[in-house]
Amino acid sequence: MKLTVNGHEAYAYTGGRPLDTTLPCLVLLHGALNDHSVWTLLARWFAHHGHAVLAPDLPGHGRSAGRPLESVEALGAWVWQLLDAAGFAPDAQAALVGHSMGSLIALEAAAQAPQRARALGLVATAFPMKVSEQLLGTAREQPGRAIAMVNSFSFGGIAAKPSYPGPGAWLQGGELALKHRIQSRQGGLNLFEHDFRLCDSYARGLEAAAQVRCPTQLILGERDQMTAPKQTTALQAAFSAVPRVQRLNAGHSLMAEAPDAMLRALRELLGA
Amino acid sequence: MAGYTDPGFDTLALHAGAAPDPATGARATPLHLSTSFVFESAEHAASLFNMERAGHVYSRISNPTTAVFEERMAALEGGVGAIATASGQAALHLAIATLAGAGSHIVASAALYGGSHNLLHYTLARFGITTTFVRPGDLDAWRAAIQPNTKLLFGESLGNPGLDVLDIPAVSAIAHEAGLPLLVDATLTTPYLQRPVELGADLVYHSATKFLSGHGTVVGGVLVDGGRFDWQAAHERHGRFPELCEPYPGFHGMVFAEESTVGAFLLRARREGLRDFGACLSPHSAWLILQGIETLPLRMQRHVANAQKVAEFLAGQTQVSRVGYPGLESHPDHALAQRLLPRGCGSVFSFDLQGSREQGRRFIEALQLFSHLANVGDCRSLVIHPASTTHFRMDDAALAQAGIAPGTIRLSIGLEDADDLIADLKRALKIAAK
Repeated sequence: MKLTVNGHEAYAYTGGRPLDTTLPCLVLLHGALNDHSVWTLLARWFAHHGHAVLAPDLPGHGRSAGRPLESVEALGAWVWQLLDAAGFAPDAQAALVGHSMGSLIALEAAAQAPQRARALGLVATAFPMKVSEQLLGTAREQPGRAIAMVNSFSFGGIAAKPSYPGPGAWLQGGELALKHRIQSRQGGLNLFEHDFRLCDSYARGLEAAAQVRCPTQLILGERDQMTAPKQTTALQAAFSAVPRVQRLNAGHSLMAEAPDAMLRALRELLGA
Repeated sequence: MAGYTDPGFDTLALHAGAAPDPATGARATPLHLSTSFVFESAEHAASLFNMERAGHVYSRISNPTTAVFEERMAALEGGVGAIATASGQAALHLAIATLAGAGSHIVASAALYGGSHNLLHYTLARFGITTTFVRPGDLDAWRAAIQPNTKLLFGESLGNPGLDVLDIPAVSAIAHEAGLPLLVDATLTTPYLQRPVELGADLVYHSATKFLSGHGTVVGGVLVDGGRFDWQAAHERHGRFPELCEPYPGFHGMVFAEESTVGAFLLRARREGLRDFGACLSPHSAWLILQGIETLPLRMQRHVANAQKVAEFLAGQTQVSRVGYPGLESHPDHALAQRLLPRGCGSVFSFDLQGSREQGRRFIEALQLFSHLANVGDCRSLVIHPASTTHFRMDDAALAQAGIAPGTIRLSIGLEDADDLIADLKRALKIAAK
């Protein structure tokens, strides 16, 4: 569906059903140089099992217009503005689930409005989400090469089953093509470098975690080379209530590499 | 982070899409000869049918063994996914039927395999899909042939029968300028010699019967989506491709371009094309083709080396008036081949024997190592004389129009010792000259 958020057109995938704002809301937030399509299987499942699903393309990504926002904090606020634009009541709660960069946005949104966050799912997360100067430099000078490098690091193997969005899909090729597509749609802006700098510069993770009041789950990839599970130790300790941690047999691209395990984990988080 | 570790082509040919079987530990890809797959529950069944979960339902739509073949081919071609089909012809039909319908138009190279030409020129015309054929090297003709109802451009990486080298970067640029995808039949080159997606093609298909299988034991095809063509942008610009960018009543009102930003084509091709036309590949055939793919890099090196030696030998014979192999400087597309096919130009080519149809027939019958049959891409060397077989109903004038002389011989060079092949050809040339 198309919405207007802060004067810019925004797109959100709703899981193959019209959005029903009387149902519990689930927001699925994509990572760097991605779009809503990394969530479509899960979004369809929850949309057909009693949830109002919003899987937006973040500003400046995919089908959403406007410049990409300049900080994780701004994107956290944008999430609640998106719900307002979609017609949810001002005090309506939502479950917030984000992947990688999206996990920081979900965390920040939950911290900015703790009373509105019903549940928080942080997928392939880390804090701090530091990006090496070498990679940032490559992203700036040779974005195509940087995209290929990150793509290579994003998977735990070359034979994940049952694949995504279904049999016959080559995950590495799909993710690479998606990153190139999202990058190319931004014209003059190097969105890859922008998104990675956003992750790198977010400093409020521990403070935000301390403000979260809802049930929280970290869903991590055992073989994640981008955001290794060990990089969540401080973050886990910062929540006032100990979060549940699930480690799946996958790399960084958990929704693609382990879609069934992801569904089980999120059903548990949401009680669905 | 560890080092940058993208697997190479040879590694992908052996491992992409396949890990040791988690149920049994089997290292080779198991052959799943099952039409259907048990649901965990009614809810699981519903979610599979509604594309809320990924998995196998029925082997016409997907099968675990076939999926390994599909994923491996997508990996080797640098695509986002693939669909295995009953034959190369089925792959071509699936590509077209996913994008085109009555009233649609295609621009195609005139240098096509006869079966593809038949499909476009005669059969699809009966269903309201028309084609304009252009000389593959005439870039202006490609551009001029595009109409408002054109849905795709189509050519062969190496054209039939003269091995015209398709200038994929140039033709794809023309296609993209017009908001259209380029479909390439890459059967004769295989991804080992050329990866059309990297050169600008959007969709690639193969008759897997040929070099991919490599052993002349199985008929199959595969269609790969490069994932680079922006269907949504083309739809917004020209209104084309509503099949991918508007709700499809035949599958839950799904908008395929929303479901998958880069895999929309394959979603529709599988959910509609395999479901309704049903030209799926048998898992047994997929398994056989996988055995071939595992040695594809090694075989292609040998095919190309042998073909170059045989072509050079033939070019030196007084009885031979032409050798149509782009690996030779005499071929009109030699320079283009050097640029686009640096690893070699495959191992299928034709040459013209001076003389009559009868001499051509005598040549064929004198060969002992080459097998006289209608196929290419086998590990064994093959030969056919079009004027006395595939094109025997044509008179000499009609043959000339098709680029075939009475003495044209097509060879598919196999993996034998090149010296033995040359000796066989030498003997047959002598007998034909008598």
